[in-house]
Amino acid sequence: MTFLKINNLSVNYEMRRETVYAAKKVNINVEKGEILGLVGESGSGKSTVGNAIINLIDEPGKVSGGSIILDGTDIYENPENIIKLRGKKIGLIFQDPQTSLNPILTIGEQLIETIQTHLKLNTEEAKNKAINLLKEVGIKDAETRFNNYPHQFSGGMRQRVVISLALCCEPELLIADEPTTALDVSIQSQILDLIKRLTKERNLAVILITHDMGVISETTNRVAVMKNGYLVEIGPTKEILTKPKEIYTKALISSVPPTNKKINRFKIIEKENKNEGETNIKILNRWSKKEIIEQDLVKVKNLSKTFDDNFFTESSKNSVMAVDDVSFAIKEGESFGLVGESGSGKSTIAKMIVNLYSPTAGDIDFDNVCITKIKSNKEMMKFRKQIQMIFQDPYSSLNGRLKVKDIVSEPIKLHNPSISSNDLDNYIYDLLESVELTQQSAERYPHEFSGGQRQRISIARALATQPRLLVCDEPTSALDVSIQAQILNLLKDLQEQLNLTILFISHDLPVVRQMCDRIAVLKNGKLCEISETEKLFEKPSHNYTKELLNLMPKIESIYN
Amino acid sequence: MDNKNLTILNRIKDSDIYFSFIKSPTAIISTLILIIIFFCSFFVELVTPYNPFDPSSLSLMDAFTPPSWTEEGLAKFILGTDGQGRDMLATILYGSRISLIVGFSAVLFALVLGVGLGLSAGYFGGKYEMFVMRFTDVQLTVPSILMALLVDGIARGIISRELHDEMAIYVLIFAIGISEWPQFARVSRAATLVEKNKDYVSASTIIGVSNIIIMFKHILPNIMRPVLVIGTIGLALAIIAEATLSFLGVGVPPTTPSLGTLIRLGNDFLFSGEWWITFFPAIFLVILAFSINLLGDWMRDTLNPKLN
Repeated sequence: MTFLKINNLSVNYEMRRETVYAAKKVNINVEKGEILGLVGESGSGKSTVGNAIINLIDEPGKVSGGSIILDGTDIYENPENIIKLRGKKIGLIFQDPQTSLNPILTIGEQLIETIQTHLKLNTEEAKNKAINLLKEVGIKDAETRFNNYPHQFSGGMRQRVVISLALCCEPELLIADEPTTALDVSIQSQILDLIKRLTKERNLAVILITHDMGVISETTNRVAVMKNGYLVEIGPTKEILTKPKEIYTKALISSVPPTNKKINRFKIIEKENKNEGETNIKILNRWSKKEIIEQDLVKVKNLSKTFDDNFFTESSKNSVMAVDDVSFAIKEGESFGLVGESGSGKSTIAKMIVNLYSPTAGDIDFDNVCITKIKSNKEMMKFRKQIQMIFQDPYSSLNGRLKVKDIVSEPIKLHNPSISSNDLDNYIYDLLESVELTQQSAERYPHEFSGGQRQRISIARALATQPRLLVCDEPTSALDVSIQAQILNLLKDLQEQLNLTILFISHDLPVVRQMCDRIAVLKNGKLCEISETEKLFEKPSHNYTKELLNLMPKIESIYN
Repeated sequence: MDNKNLTILNRIKDSDIYFSFIKSPTAIISTLILIIIFFCSFFVELVTPYNPFDPSSLSLMDAFTPPSWTEEGLAKFILGTDGQGRDMLATILYGSRISLIVGFSAVLFALVLGVGLGLSAGYFGGKYEMFVMRFTDVQLTVPSILMALLVDGIARGIISRELHDEMAIYVLIFAIGISEWPQFARVSRAATLVEKNKDYVSASTIIGVSNIIIMFKHILPNIMRPVLVIGTIGLALAIIAEATLSFLGVGVPPTTPSLGTLIRLGNDFLFSGEWWITFFPAIFLVILAFSINLLGDWMRDTLNPKLN
């Protein structure tokens, strides 16, 4: 008998203007001892299915049809069923370990509370059980750590605690909703290994909800692909990833950056803007194109930055060394990658290059002029024009109160105050069309656009000053993988046509491999190694690089 | 996204704020009351034939007429008359005009001062921010009515007696405005700190936009929501503060009475049985302040992004 059977599940959200169908007649079966991957882009309904199983759908959503049968019990037949099942039979792991633990209780208290809610154990027995659980999920010194508060654990450790909480009452089904998305790659692989081990040892049925195809291919036995609430395809992971039947699955897989080779362009099967054919970089006519000279456009020399987190004293005792003696050079016309985990100082370096922060020590040369020592505003403007930046979060990088037209025209008017209004309009249209947006977009406000389109507006704004250096700080990490592929293609085209130099910052190694000519690896503010991309991936010299490469989830692992 | 050709009217109709408005009976009723009060106060000449400030139209024979529904009431004076034979309804409407003018001007003054200081303090930070914010902290420890009394007292000392009655309304606006600005400064500084760290501000800095333009073109429109909420509730507070000051006798002179002055004048007759002279201005003040507060509450719930 099937352990979990989802039959024709439909979930509706009654919104003000329309009804949103978050899940439409989804059929999924899960057996004990297997990990089912639930994959899809944002808004595909993958989390909705997970929440429906445990009856956690928020208002105004409701299950409008179908049934969920867990081990012979229909969850929606009787509202009391789910209360019995929650925690006891079903365990849940959330995305963000920061918010899923109560910060004012020790983890011991939280574990004991959960255990005693479901099992009839006295405090001593519950404590023993909790300590055993902590050991099982790989927390060292479980006896002492038992009395610690959540903030005393690192992100990865906290996620282990969350998993031990979910396992408290011996559940048979575990739902993990993006359990590793908030974690660095080295911790991600540990958590995934833990989930795999627990599945085997405890004979669990696991539903792993994620957007990451690499995670899917390394962890799951079967995979279900979802799109707009529909189940597109379900089957053994290897079969789906190597021989997808549906067009959508093919598109999804082709937009995942491969980890083992560099490809020229991503194959785009479904486009966000259907009306566009060939990329048409109209801005080229206006661009005062500079020939690429053999020179280092940016030279970073012994750069350091400390952040003083103490407000009243300026003692260096409390300061945090964000960037520590980093030197590298970017050649004109190349794509230079800056890679590292969170806290490695890569964004801080970017902000120093665009002159948002000033360095504590060291210099940055741009075009053989030291830009960190410029005092006068007028001098600075010359360089502001030549260095532009694209940000990670497409939602906070555009001012929601301005029309797209006004956002894009701001840099144009500032650096060319005498431009006529007619010419300005044409300039804006050219910029928008260069990033594959329509002319009509100019009259709209940012909230009318999707994340990918907003990132295009951001690129248009950055191009408006005709920069030579474009600093891209994780430009695609907030986007879905198919949108990411389109944005990366766009950046490649623009670089080729406009002779741009790009500093590309990312934590995502496969993406960096596709984009960059040379790569620098950072750890805790220090530079580990700089190397040609292919060399770095084939023969890494630094131990940390080897570790990173080893740990990154590889979609290709499915072929072996 | 087919709404690109919508007019401004349609944009408003399409917005979530409008939707939340028509779903909230409290907001609709309080807005209706406020519209009626505003209209009647500012176009009082169209609403009532009486002019309480024209001595030739007054007759002492009419003095102390009770409201029209009582036994001795007259149909032409709906809410009765006061000790000089002035029609209560007309006097209240003229008075509320003064109260509203003082309230709006005081809030506007406090808003410009507070937002200007709060925005610049939040944006520039450092010693300047520390100075401004400590100053607001100090002022917040003094009750605002005392602050207003102090300003009024100083003004009386400086301005000569003849000029004082003419200047009274400006002194009042200044006094109430000065006592309310710290609220605006705090709220706008807090909002600025949030907005300042968003990427669109960084983007403008990288483009080379000057600090002043970033502050006023980019940050200011984004912090207006909380400021408007504070402003609405502040309007009710300002009107009450004006009434309090006038009741204490340091507000506008009895020749151009505001609601507070009317309540004070009527207070003298309360124990001799002419209750309507103080009761109606007081009830009117309560309705006015209550409606503004209800509207302010609705605005706070609707405009607060955290609650959505």
